[in-house]
Amino acid sequence: MKLELIAKHEKDSRACRDAFALTLKDMMAADKSVCYVDCDLMGCVNTKQLMAAYPDRAYEAGIAEANAAGVCAGLAATGKKVYLHTFGTFASRRIYDQIYMSAAYADLPVHVFGSDAGVCAAFNGGTHMPLEDAAMYLSIPKAVVTDPCDYAQLKAVTEQVADCDCVTYTRFVRKDIIRVYGDDTEFTLGKGVVLHESSHDAATIITSGIMVDEALKAYEALDAEGIAVRVVDMFTWKPLDEELVLRCAAETGAIVTAENHNVVCGLGSAVANCLAKNHPTVQEFVGVQDMFGQVGPQSFLMDEYGLRASNIVAAVKKAIGRK
Amino acid sequence: MDTKRIEKLAAQIRLETLKVIHSRGFGHVGGSMDLADLMAVLYGEVMHFDPKNPRDPDRDWLVLSKGHAGPVAYATFGIMGFYPMAEAYTLNQPHTKFPSHTDRKLTPGVDLTTGSLGQGVSAATGAALGDRIDGRKNHVFCVIGDGEADEGQVWEAFHFAYAHKLDNIVFIIDNNGYQLDGKTVDILDHGDIARKAEGFGLYTQEVNGHDVEAIYQAIQNAYSTKGVPSCIVLDTIKGKGATFAEPKREHSSQPSEEAWQEAIAAAEKALREVRK
Repeated sequence: MKLELIAKHEKDSRACRDAFALTLKDMMAADKSVCYVDCDLMGCVNTKQLMAAYPDRAYEAGIAEANAAGVCAGLAATGKKVYLHTFGTFASRRIYDQIYMSAAYADLPVHVFGSDAGVCAAFNGGTHMPLEDAAMYLSIPKAVVTDPCDYAQLKAVTEQVADCDCVTYTRFVRKDIIRVYGDDTEFTLGKGVVLHESSHDAATIITSGIMVDEALKAYEALDAEGIAVRVVDMFTWKPLDEELVLRCAAETGAIVTAENHNVVCGLGSAVANCLAKNHPTVQEFVGVQDMFGQVGPQSFLMDEYGLRASNIVAAVKKAIGRK
Repeated sequence: MDTKRIEKLAAQIRLETLKVIHSRGFGHVGGSMDLADLMAVLYGEVMHFDPKNPRDPDRDWLVLSKGHAGPVAYATFGIMGFYPMAEAYTLNQPHTKFPSHTDRKLTPGVDLTTGSLGQGVSAATGAALGDRIDGRKNHVFCVIGDGEADEGQVWEAFHFAYAHKLDNIVFIIDNNGYQLDGKTVDILDHGDIARKAEGFGLYTQEVNGHDVEAIYQAIQNAYSTKGVPSCIVLDTIKGKGATFAEPKREHSSQPSEEAWQEAIAAAEKALREVRK
């Protein structure tokens, strides 16, 4: 697996949504079974170009997400590889029964992309802030759940879910994103990416999405204090890379999870389930502490909900202290 | 169409539907029995299908969005040779292939999984869209309960099918006038459901759901109408032909063994009489 870690904490010049839109466009060119359905939000993810290029395979379902999800299941029943996009809140809460029964239970793969993960919903506010979207998908048997962190990773996920024969859910960021990886980095669904590792790590930070950059900053701050930590980008929440989680637990003895999601039923919970069952380990949970979202700039929201490198640093020290 | 043959098939479907549900002793008799005439026209005359290759991509599809009518489908598919009829006498037993609500993973002949009402209408619409993308000449039939039509998703799907000009789908509303808690007019009055469907842009016909010739003709009219989806409102009698269920228009029934035997005997008699 090729890894090119950039990690300069700098914004990518590209909008993250284009990793979804342009990748899907290439896929539609290469494979006539790839279809796309949106719910009046093509303008938000730059996918009107798909409808222009492939009017017979890219469809507007309008502001009727429940029907859109069902239509996608029906398309899948005719052998199509189906991608559905809407905001994360609607891609989860609003269509849960449809995705659960018409798609997942019926064994019909639909690939759902929910934009504006967690606090990235920023100015759309609490009504539009999906802090529970992944939780809902995690509880669907066999569903694949991902939280990619940057352009290269979203591109890889967009490509790879096509081969999953189950419902998949990807929560992603539309606009500004910190570039973590070089474009040649290779990712594998279900495999975490180890970003920093040494033989004397005192703890492991397991994270994903926009929290990866915060975790890398935390790593630098801790390193400056002489505390070595391991950093894992666990962009696939389900199926969880249990082998990696357990290796990190055994080798470092303390785990800190950091997620842009409610800590109830999110990445931290998935990791805790794995640890409790196999290798009980001290764990601290950085994330939204069972609260609703609210309106404001993303930077304010990250401060407000404790989604900063400083919060991770404090959690690491606490976890190490509990060993 | 050989009317006599289709009427015989309908009587046979009614009898087998009763026997399927009787095997478990209780179930959704009312909303299954009222569809026997439709199923006879669809599987006896109209639809293209291969019982040995249930997932033939060129087949016509049936989506029972009112998934609780599963038993009438299991009876029909058994008669048509998708599996030996007796297999369906395992309704709702542990590990059966015949659950109360239709499940595409379990039962040969079931095209889509339904049960959470309203959802089958969208999924059927998606299947029709997929067939059109592939340039197929087949049709999708989607059966919706009038009670089910309380669900907003039904109307979202109509809206989508109209906007995308899907003329390879025929929505069929089983207008039996009853739902679990009573008469639809008392629970949540639709007004004139056919006019509503028409208002959504669907080519809509209303026919007697127990007149096989009228059902057949309505489907032919739907086939020849291009550029818009079709809707056939079937005026039916809930529980039609089930002696214990029809008088009370029961949604689900758990009659005594004696009442079962009376109903099965009556269905056998009806079959003998139509054979004359």
